[in-house]
Amino acid sequence: MSIKAEHLNYIYSLGTAYEKQALKDVSFEILQGQFVGVIGHTGSGKSTLIQHLNGLVPATSGKLYYEGKNIYDEGYDMRALRGQVGLVFQYPEHQLFEVDVLTDVCFGPKNQGLSPEECEKRAREALELVGFPEKYYKQSPFDLSGGQKRRVAIAGVLAMNPKVLVLDEPTAGLDPRGRDEILDQVAYLHRETDMTVILVSHSMEDIAKYVERIIVMNQGEKMYDGSPKEVFAHYKELEAVGLAAPQVTYILNALAEKGMNIKTDAITITEAADEIMRNFDD
Amino acid sequence: MIRDITIGQYYPAKSILHRLDPRVKIVCTLLFLISLFLQKSVLGYVIAAVFLFGVIRLSRVPFQYIVKGLKPIIMLLMITVLFNLFLTRGGAVLFHKWIFTITELGLSTAVFMAIRLTFLIIGSSLMTFTTTPNSLTDGIEKLLYPLNKIRVPVHEIAMMMSIALRFIPILLEETDKIMKAQIARGADLESGNIIQKAKAMIPILVPLFVSAFRRANDLAMAMESRCYRGGDGRTKMKPLVYKGRDRMAYLVTVVYVIAVFAIGRYVPFHIWIF
Repeated sequence: MSIKAEHLNYIYSLGTAYEKQALKDVSFEILQGQFVGVIGHTGSGKSTLIQHLNGLVPATSGKLYYEGKNIYDEGYDMRALRGQVGLVFQYPEHQLFEVDVLTDVCFGPKNQGLSPEECEKRAREALELVGFPEKYYKQSPFDLSGGQKRRVAIAGVLAMNPKVLVLDEPTAGLDPRGRDEILDQVAYLHRETDMTVILVSHSMEDIAKYVERIIVMNQGEKMYDGSPKEVFAHYKELEAVGLAAPQVTYILNALAEKGMNIKTDAITITEAADEIMRNFDD
Repeated sequence: MIRDITIGQYYPAKSILHRLDPRVKIVCTLLFLISLFLQKSVLGYVIAAVFLFGVIRLSRVPFQYIVKGLKPIIMLLMITVLFNLFLTRGGAVLFHKWIFTITELGLSTAVFMAIRLTFLIIGSSLMTFTTTPNSLTDGIEKLLYPLNKIRVPVHEIAMMMSIALRFIPILLEETDKIMKAQIARGADLESGNIIQKAKAMIPILVPLFVSAFRRANDLAMAMESRCYRGGDGRTKMKPLVYKGRDRMAYLVTVVYVIAVFAIGRYVPFHIWIF
């Protein structure tokens, strides 16, 4: 029960002036139920990478296994895969098209060939999971606020009952409050269901406290892969490629350099505060 | 996916063709197109082919890329060829069965039509491959400028054109994104009959229109906030000025056109290949 990539390479617009290698020899394995963050600068290949996961973009070379089967094998059922690996694109609200919220969320399950009753049941469950208020189910999705639209769009993918949920920059363009709400909702989803969640972001700060594992992408290559603590230990190298570690990492490292006897691997503000206070207690 | 459509797109490269004044490219392309339609001799087409291939080499646009641009018009080409082949009557009958008759004239018209259309598409896409949309509309604006005197809103037309051209790649990219998003939700865009296929386009067209309107709105706002108010009294940052290479290009094209016409007229070379 996992996603396993072996030596994925992807080249854009092969054979033209726009040719660009977007992925270079990327390998990893993500186990069922993990909460993984994929981090990288703009153009680092993170969006391209996740579009491989449900077969939307076929790799130029390499192998990709979902539950042990290579998805590039002849006759592999891509549509079934897309139901299993739900992909929420950047600005997913741009994909809304139906007359009301409920019908829009039904689009995914309907494509899976479910009965109308089953579709509606799934849609209601999904909308509930993303915390969308029931009184707006019959509203036009175009009349909603940005944050609510995004919830509906995420519900549209959740309604397909995926085993893996991939979110590409789910907080882009939202204000801090909307951002926290969406991320908390995603964390809640991960707790409530046994879904694998893959969260793509360019901001360490955003995802550091949520995920259990971080994959850092840089110029099409996998740079680091490990727990947040392990990855942030490389905060100087991360900075060199334009990614910042969370603020607390900097504070703790600065304090340690000044001779304070503290561990520098705290991720959240609370952890960092505890660590500093512990030092004063001693 | 949809981004593979190359017809009408700019291809960045460093070549003399890319540096030419857009007016030259527009006028010479027009001359080339006219030369294709106003002559019928085999030798004329040979010269046109030589000229076209020379220009392709000069442009440094890969040949494959140009051929890829022909794909969308293959159907049109086939239909034209078939109609000409079976419906034009004249000369000796080469083939006859039931209602299908191929005559000598039909065959030659069909072949010439195919060559003409192919050259026409290649010729005009060479212009768009080597000219950015902005400089293209600059050129058109300057060429049509005399029409201002008879109150044609030349600047506004040029502005609309450059916006329209600028939006082609944006909307293509947007379409690509929306298609991917809907495919990720299990949309089936390939199978089914024509009605089912048309229905399957709704989840793509609705978001696309919404986004086009949103973008148009944003653009209008951005233009207004920069005090755009039409063409009156507006000057250019980089005015178009003819240089030596531009005159040279005009000369070469004019020589080519004269050559094609002269040959069509004075060389009795209407002999068929068979």
